Amino acid sequence: MLTAFIFYLLIIFSGTGGEMCVSRAMKTVGEVTDFRPRSIGRTILLALKVPWMWLGVGMMAVGFFSLLGMLSIANVSFVFPATALSYGVGALGGKFFLGERITAQRWAGVALVAIGVALVVIGKG
Amino acid sequence: MSSSQGLRFKTYALLFLMISFGPLGDVLLGKGMKHIPSMAGWTPADLFHFFFDAFTSSTIWLGICSLTGFFIAYILVLSWADYSYVQPASALSYGIVALMGFLVLHEFVTPVRWAGILLICLGVFVVGHTAPRTTESN
Repeated sequence: MLTAFIFYLLIIFSGTGGEMCVSRAMKTVGEVTDFRPRSIGRTILLALKVPWMWLGVGMMAVGFFSLLGMLSIANVSFVFPATALSYGVGALGGKFFLGERITAQRWAGVALVAIGVALVVIGKG
Repeated sequence: MSSSQGLRFKTYALLFLMISFGPLGDVLLGKGMKHIPSMAGWTPADLFHFFFDAFTSSTIWLGICSLTGFFIAYILVLSWADYSYVQPASALSYGIVALMGFLVLHEFVTPVRWAGILLICLGVFVVGHTAPRTTESN
């Protein structure tokens, strides 16, 4: 039970936190306008020079392995609805960590998505 | 095409790639994990066996390749779009997996699941009508 709880916290906070660090790294790199493979490769190499990217990937890896670990001890039908909380954490992180403007409309959308994701997995039958 | 329309178009295009590669990778990983024994404990030997089993599975590797495609689309879209826009929008993949199961595999979809799909679509529609970028571009 304690193991599952630790995995759960890591999935939510390490996984979502890592995604936010990656987002910050990509904002540092700047908007991608050229989608040819060579240019995409160059963008990825540029992103790898930003420390936020390494921190983000590391945290996402912890979240990912926590998810694998949790899937090995709990049912998918429990794991995925429970992770719907990450949408709320993501919106809060977007506002306070990334300085994004979260309008009431976006909050409403995030809430609908989080409830919807939980229902889709709970209702798998 | 105006810059605002262009921004939306490339955002939607990359979100489409994300919701295609992401669920495929998840399904392959889930399938792969079913075929390896669960972790027996927390000793280094237990951890080694767990990760050795995971990384010698071809299904898990296919899943990882698909998730790599997802990740490239994901970091590219995050170079201009808000995280709080991309994260909920990518949840459309849950609805797509359920719809594909219904339309292609003729799986039974429970009323609760239909309600969830409807809410996700509504939520993505609501988020999709906000500005993809609310911060300064570099």
